Amino acid sequence: MARRLWTLMWGALALIYFFVPLYGTFDFSLRMQRGMLSLRAYELVLSDPRFWEGLRYSALMALVTILISALLFVPTVYWMHLRLPQARPVLEIATLLPFVVPAVVLVFGLIRTFSRPPLQLTNTPFTTDILIAAGYAVLSMPYMFRAVDVGMRAIDVRTLTEAAQMLGASRWQLLRDVIFPNVRVAVLSGALITFALVMGELVLASFLVRPALGPYMQLMGLTKAYEPAALAILSFALTWLSLGALQLLGRRTLITQMTTR
Amino acid sequence: MVGTSHARRRFAQALWDWLGIVPFFIFVLAFLIVPSLNLFTGAFTNRFGEFTLENVAVFRNPFVLRSYLTSVQVSALTALVGGAFGFLVAYAVTSNSIPRWMRGVILTFAGLAANFGGVPLAFAFIATLGRTGFLTALLKGICFPSADGGETCPFDLYALGFNLYSLGGLVLTYTYFQFPLMVLTIAPALEGLRKEWREACATLGASAWHYWRDVALPILAPSLLGTMLLLFSNAFGAYATAQALTGGNIPLVTILIGQQIRGDVLNNPHEGYALALGMVIVMVITVAGYTALQQRTARWLRA
Repeated sequence: MARRLWTLMWGALALIYFFVPLYGTFDFSLRMQRGMLSLRAYELVLSDPRFWEGLRYSALMALVTILISALLFVPTVYWMHLRLPQARPVLEIATLLPFVVPAVVLVFGLIRTFSRPPLQLTNTPFTTDILIAAGYAVLSMPYMFRAVDVGMRAIDVRTLTEAAQMLGASRWQLLRDVIFPNVRVAVLSGALITFALVMGELVLASFLVRPALGPYMQLMGLTKAYEPAALAILSFALTWLSLGALQLLGRRTLITQMTTR
Repeated sequence: MVGTSHARRRFAQALWDWLGIVPFFIFVLAFLIVPSLNLFTGAFTNRFGEFTLENVAVFRNPFVLRSYLTSVQVSALTALVGGAFGFLVAYAVTSNSIPRWMRGVILTFAGLAANFGGVPLAFAFIATLGRTGFLTALLKGICFPSADGGETCPFDLYALGFNLYSLGGLVLTYTYFQFPLMVLTIAPALEGLRKEWREACATLGASAWHYWRDVALPILAPSLLGTMLLLFSNAFGAYATAQALTGGNIPLVTILIGQQIRGDVLNNPHEGYALALGMVIVMVITVAGYTALQQRTARWLRA
């Protein structure tokens, strides 16, 4: 009986810790107008062109990042499963590196490396975006690698490859028409984490001075009181939508951690 | 001769095999390893590009020392607080005496909350526990008539000395993503504790306390310690939450590096690189420790 109460208490405390800040934020976001509940803060956020610019920019960058990450990992992990199982430890360590190099250090290194010749990328917006997308792809590596790896494990790579080659498929056709469709759920789960990660990311866009959602939110936090709460709710909704979709895919074990802090 | 051509063919084949993952390594080299190494070479050269160990002197700078101390303090505290709380929650979740719905909700939310962070998390805590936040206002409103005819409000947090924009507030905020991470990583290890072990202990006359001290905790120790290291590195590398919460008023290493990127606050860019290098060294040690301990746990979970 005592044991039951004890476990119930810790369970209840966890739920309180989860929900009170969420409810508090929601309640706060409705109190912009004195003495009444209103959606004024949301109206202001949603009518701010900078919000839409940030959203559009971040969403676009997320898509580009997902594309880069998928093009990088589907062939690489495929090859590892087919020909190079001995490369697994190397790839595992390489894809864990973003946990060792914090985003703020990564951006420091990127700026030092790519703001001087021969590869000066930081002097035009377009090339800066390339740099940011590459940085995001680096941050997404731990998730994308594991997601695609889980997917490849579930299919018989060797048999599929031999069958396709016997039917005369080229390497490109093999990847595009045989391997990719078989791991697309895995790629999708990696893509959803990457999407959530990029939408909430602050450091890269902030230090490379591009109009992403993260820097916009930071700016609002410095100058406004109620809009940030509304933004937090909107941003939670967005993250949860993508992570919720991920849980529907049944890959909860993958999302134990992200590096958006 | 047949032997050598065979060997040569095998070598060519191996070379060809490794070529397949070259694009990936070019990418990692270009956007992760070379930029990192560039910081490291920067840390060991002066402004004329000559090798020097002078930049290490940055660690004698009181600002830098304080920032490292604060970062270590915050990370260790959140690892301990989040770790202890997360462990108890994980224990509750894996025991059978908790309703099924509660277990489901906690595990689902742990998956989501472990991924919270960045600016929105700071906003959520400001809206809840900031000076005019929801919970602050709610607690402040609980007042009782006092002896002198006035009112006493015993839960006025800010009058009691609480401040969200301080170290304690930062720990409270980080705990929001730290303890769920503990729940997610330690729950499998707790589930791996066999019922038979507990029964065997009980048969031998051991109390619950003995069971935990002499059997369960020693088995869980590597996994607990490993997860604490993970939590530590998780907090140590954090930037966005602290920046948004305190506007950079709390001197964490990440915040100091950020200020150094924006403008040369240390008056020597190369000392900034040394600062970043020191941070990576701390991260390497903790993440390597986590990985090693986690592998040990994986072995006994499989066995």
